[in-house]
Amino acid sequence: MRVCVVGCGAVGSLFAAHLAQLEDVEVWAYDLQEDHVRAINEHGLRLSGAGDLVGRLTATSDPSEIPPCDFGIVAVKSMHTGSAVAAVARSFDDGAVCSVQNGIGNEEIVAQHVRFVIRGTTFPAGHVIAPGHVGWDTKGDTWIGPFEPSGTPLEQVEQLAGLVTRSGMNTIALPDARGAQWTKAIFNAATNPVGALTGLAHGEICDFEPTRRLVSGLADEAKAVSTALGIELDHDPEEMIDHAARVAHDHKASMTQDVLARRQTEIDFLNGAIVERGEEVGVPTPLNRAIWALVKALEASWDATMLR
Amino acid sequence: MKVAIVGAGAIGSLYAAHLARVTDVVVLTRRDEHARSLREEGLRVSGRHDFSAKLDATADAAAVDDVDLCIVATKATHLEQAVSALEGRLPSAAVMTVQNGLGAEEIVRRHGKWPLISAVTFMSGNRHGDAHVEYILDTETWLGPYEETPFETVAQVADLITASGLKAQAFPDLRPAQWSKLIFNATVNSVSALTHLPHDPHFADVDGPAALGHLVHELVEEGKRVAAARGIALHDDPWEMNVLATKRGSAHVPSMLEDIESGRPTEIDLITGALVREAERAGIVVPLHEALYALVKAKEASNTVSLGRGGAG
Repeated sequence: MRVCVVGCGAVGSLFAAHLAQLEDVEVWAYDLQEDHVRAINEHGLRLSGAGDLVGRLTATSDPSEIPPCDFGIVAVKSMHTGSAVAAVARSFDDGAVCSVQNGIGNEEIVAQHVRFVIRGTTFPAGHVIAPGHVGWDTKGDTWIGPFEPSGTPLEQVEQLAGLVTRSGMNTIALPDARGAQWTKAIFNAATNPVGALTGLAHGEICDFEPTRRLVSGLADEAKAVSTALGIELDHDPEEMIDHAARVAHDHKASMTQDVLARRQTEIDFLNGAIVERGEEVGVPTPLNRAIWALVKALEASWDATMLR
Repeated sequence: MKVAIVGAGAIGSLYAAHLARVTDVVVLTRRDEHARSLREEGLRVSGRHDFSAKLDATADAAAVDDVDLCIVATKATHLEQAVSALEGRLPSAAVMTVQNGLGAEEIVRRHGKWPLISAVTFMSGNRHGDAHVEYILDTETWLGPYEETPFETVAQVADLITASGLKAQAFPDLRPAQWSKLIFNATVNSVSALTHLPHDPHFADVDGPAALGHLVHELVEEGKRVAAARGIALHDDPWEMNVLATKRGSAHVPSMLEDIESGRPTEIDLITGALVREAERAGIVVPLHEALYALVKAKEASNTVSLGRGGAG
């Protein structure tokens, strides 16, 4: 069995290092960060934090080196999905490719390049410490299911879930994984941009009544869209929001980190996707549209600053 | 006509220097050294105009003799403190407020019975130190009577400002202009403070679903619904003001963005806050202005606590 992780950042590395523990799986990693690739090939891929392990695998920035694979796991930032998957698509003529990315709309992009696509949502999180070394911050489950239009057989999904679970990351195969995906996307869309625009940590947003009310307004619109799409959420996003305020009060969302570092955010795949899906089903989403425009404009200001 | 100017930020400095060319002016500052440098160096104007004015200045309200006109040009956030120092003083003065937003006149009224003049100004400037202000936008100041103030008083003040070289116009009822500017500021200032964009062509861009112009337009529409419900016929359409301003070439940096970038409190409570309160009174929902109010208040809070850690952007 051969698996290629596409995008070996924090989340991709969690999957790659775990899968590399399995005797019967050959792991490849495709990543454009050349010092990271070199470190992985020389010393292995190390995880520390919630668990310590080193995975032996082959990393490359050259897609032509990657042999045909049974499975792909895509973990690049959403705005790079198209270019990354296009580069490696040749290795998946017979394999299935699973997105474990944030937000809504990645599977549609993957499906433009490969035949069999799997929808995925993952909760484990980490951060890159140094080339070849990733901090494993949180454990958590992964939910995967067939991407409906591509007709990926459920058996193939179950096979991947089995592998990943056996490697130490619990993964659940579902006939319909949209509920898990939308639950996490709604949580992220309702909270991350509020943090990114204000600089506040998650718990601070929830402590301040006006922003907490805005978070609920954003979540309510997104829930109305998911209902109109016939998606059954697997948790109430409101409960997740309150729970996170208790257990991760001072956590700053990745989008806040992106804004501080002036990196393009994943807003198009969160609030942007909610607005667009809402339009398709006739559900108005004025607050999500406002937040989408504000974060896009904030990104635009990083270029405009040069002119001031 | 003797004039006192309270607050020598960019706007106060522009009034002070220009008026000092045609009448006696005393400037009341917060800081002693600010008053001293104005007294010793005078006040230099560059940009649209180029001259230096001699004027009197003090940081002690008790040292200001009676005047005919007092222009209160502090930030809205310093208004209460500045006006309470004038309580019981300046018996012959008419007091003119030029703060952004709504509600400055009520604050002044709580401290004295002076005839009040409402004003909004569209001019802008940039302070380069205590004794030098750059005159950037040479747009008008609009004035109108508040409560029982006779229109003739307002017209005289407008004439004086015009004679000094600035642009001014007196209106029998300022509220249509005041509300046009309120809606414009509530929209442009808060969007700018959150996105760090100066008031540039992004604000009029309606090309694409995430274009900022759509949000600006919706915010203006909410504001117009509130004005209509309060029975106010706007003087200018705030959306057209917005489009026009973005075509000027050099993008204006709204004061709220300057405040955010310097870690200072903003005027959000008197601008967007005022609009939200008026909406409540009128029974109109303004969810987008409420959202922006929440975001700017939260950003202000994180700015103050996290300055050492670096703000967002």
